[in-house]
Amino acid sequence: MTEGQEGRAAFRHKSAELAVAALFFIFGAIVITDSVRLGFGWQEVHGPRPGYFPFYIGLLICICATINFVRALLLAPDKNKTFVQVGQLRLVLTVLIPTAIYAALVTWIGIYVSSALFIAFFMRWLGKYDWWKVAAVSVTTMVVFYVIFEKWFQVPLPKGPLESLLGLN
Amino acid sequence: MDELQALAHGFGVALSLKNIALMFTGVILGVIIGVLPGLGGANGVAILLPLTFGMAQTPGGATSAIILLSCIYWGALFGGAITSILFNIPGEPWSVATTFDGYPLAQQGRAGTALTAAFTSSFVGAFVAVIVITFLSPVVANFALEFGPPEFFAVYLLTFCAFVGTSKEPAFKTIAAMMLGFALAAVGTDTVTGTLRLTFGSTHLLTGFDFLVCVIGLFGIGEILLTLEEGLAFRGANAKINVRVVLDTWKELPRYWLTSLRSSAVGCFMGIVPGGATPASFMSYGVARRFSPDGDKFGSGKVEGVVAPETAAHAAGTSALLPMITLGVPGSPTAAVLLGGLMIWGLQPGPLLFVEQKDFVWGLIASMYLGNIAGLIVVLTCVPLFAAILRVPFSVIAPIIMVICAIGSFTVKNAIFDVWMMVVFGVLGYLFKKLQYPLAPLVLAVVLGDNAESSFRQAMLMSQGDLSILFSKKLVGFMTTLALILLFWPLISWALAKVRGK
Repeated sequence: MTEGQEGRAAFRHKSAELAVAALFFIFGAIVITDSVRLGFGWQEVHGPRPGYFPFYIGLLICICATINFVRALLLAPDKNKTFVQVGQLRLVLTVLIPTAIYAALVTWIGIYVSSALFIAFFMRWLGKYDWWKVAAVSVTTMVVFYVIFEKWFQVPLPKGPLESLLGLN
Repeated sequence: MDELQALAHGFGVALSLKNIALMFTGVILGVIIGVLPGLGGANGVAILLPLTFGMAQTPGGATSAIILLSCIYWGALFGGAITSILFNIPGEPWSVATTFDGYPLAQQGRAGTALTAAFTSSFVGAFVAVIVITFLSPVVANFALEFGPPEFFAVYLLTFCAFVGTSKEPAFKTIAAMMLGFALAAVGTDTVTGTLRLTFGSTHLLTGFDFLVCVIGLFGIGEILLTLEEGLAFRGANAKINVRVVLDTWKELPRYWLTSLRSSAVGCFMGIVPGGATPASFMSYGVARRFSPDGDKFGSGKVEGVVAPETAAHAAGTSALLPMITLGVPGSPTAAVLLGGLMIWGLQPGPLLFVEQKDFVWGLIASMYLGNIAGLIVVLTCVPLFAAILRVPFSVIAPIIMVICAIGSFTVKNAIFDVWMMVVFGVLGYLFKKLQYPLAPLVLAVVLGDNAESSFRQAMLMSQGDLSILFSKKLVGFMTTLALILLFWPLISWALAKVRGK
């Protein structure tokens, strides 16, 4: 292997295809299970029961997932290209994980503070900006958003302890 | 000419100071959205849709709201061309074909020419499509007034089967993605019986998945994750447009009238049939290369190679609204979001709109004419400004876009749960894009799922569960047959190729 560690394949196409097809199958199975619970047959006067339509949808998902799974299994080795390189995956994860944390934080500290932290993290971590630039951009953006949403459009967004401390609730 | 009279009335509705201001705001916002990575027509409109709830409640407000949103759509269509030509990065999938000749032109220092050609032909394509909409949509709507549940279900069937028949993605992946959309649409309260479905006791799922959150996650977050992977560095040509370049290019453009006409026709057709702008632009680029006298020089920076895809993409993007307003079946993801908007504002899209909401429909159609003129003015005068946005480093603009997406998801239902769902859909969007699961049918299925299901159930009630009702009359039988042909088209074409190969 002449490529460096970063260029190595973290996943190949086959495994990604198989995983997604399996996810589809599980989802389809969940849909079918619930449709069976609701009843998917015919009911006098009311017509099709609530599970009727989703049942067939779930069935189709499972059938398609099976076919996609088998097709992925049959994928020729020379066509089994890199799905994502280690370096790429690391980049994607360094964004995805903070994004997930960000989404979770919104509940506790409100959207304004968590957004400011998120922008700051992104700029500092990936952009390597000076702290004062990081602070300036993240705080200014959120102040502008506050004015646009709360004052202009009058759409209240989730707020946390900091906002109540400042009396902005 | 009833249409012209109605259109004149529409201009009366659209030509208020407030609406014109909204048009320019919409176009400018749209171009910015089209230029930025991770924000496109569909999720740009999705993010801004909740902000129009209030606006749509006032008398005549629905018209203003749709003018604002549709102008964002026009702006996004224009914006895609800027990034393609200057940075070789297609801002939107339908501008991929524009990069083939647009970027070489920019490298030769003729960016101004390429941009002028792109904008002008976009305008021409859109204009032709609006004329088609003006005269064809009342006819289609009138025709559709006779539709019952079986006919409507056949239309839905046709729409979704067309995706299988026309998409480049593997057929089973298309169907899987589409069915995932239908299943997501089924989550929550059953519209017919009121039973809770697929909620598993979760209160968050009572109202189901909102298509806006899906769109924002799939297109917005997914796109940003993909862009990140490429370790994005914007290095672009300089954009300068002056009056001279514009006039010189305009002098050259009439030479390509035949290409324009052909591309408009391809675009209008592909837009009305839910194929969409992206295949239309590729197709018309291919056709132009075949028929042009210097077709072999395509790809090295021919103005004609910019004209063809741009005209078709805009014609398709615009005519995608025709089935949306007449049948309630959108031809593109962005049209699907607009359709969702209509439903939220309390307007039932479909043929009755032309009878009950004349002001709204004709105001919208008139605003398409005006909005595209506004668009042309804005893009021709402000290109350097928009190009400057792209020079903002990715590590600054990306988190801001993601925050905007999060706020957009939240405002749909004022639920933090939706922000989490946005992240989940973002991961799905990233995986699906990489594995060639098409996103457009998924989004359309989420939007149309409930309607498709209820028309199916009503049709089944009419026939007491007999599927042959879908072939009971000439029209519905024709549509169902056509749908089935499209559904099995990948198989048919494969078989044909086998036979021919022997």
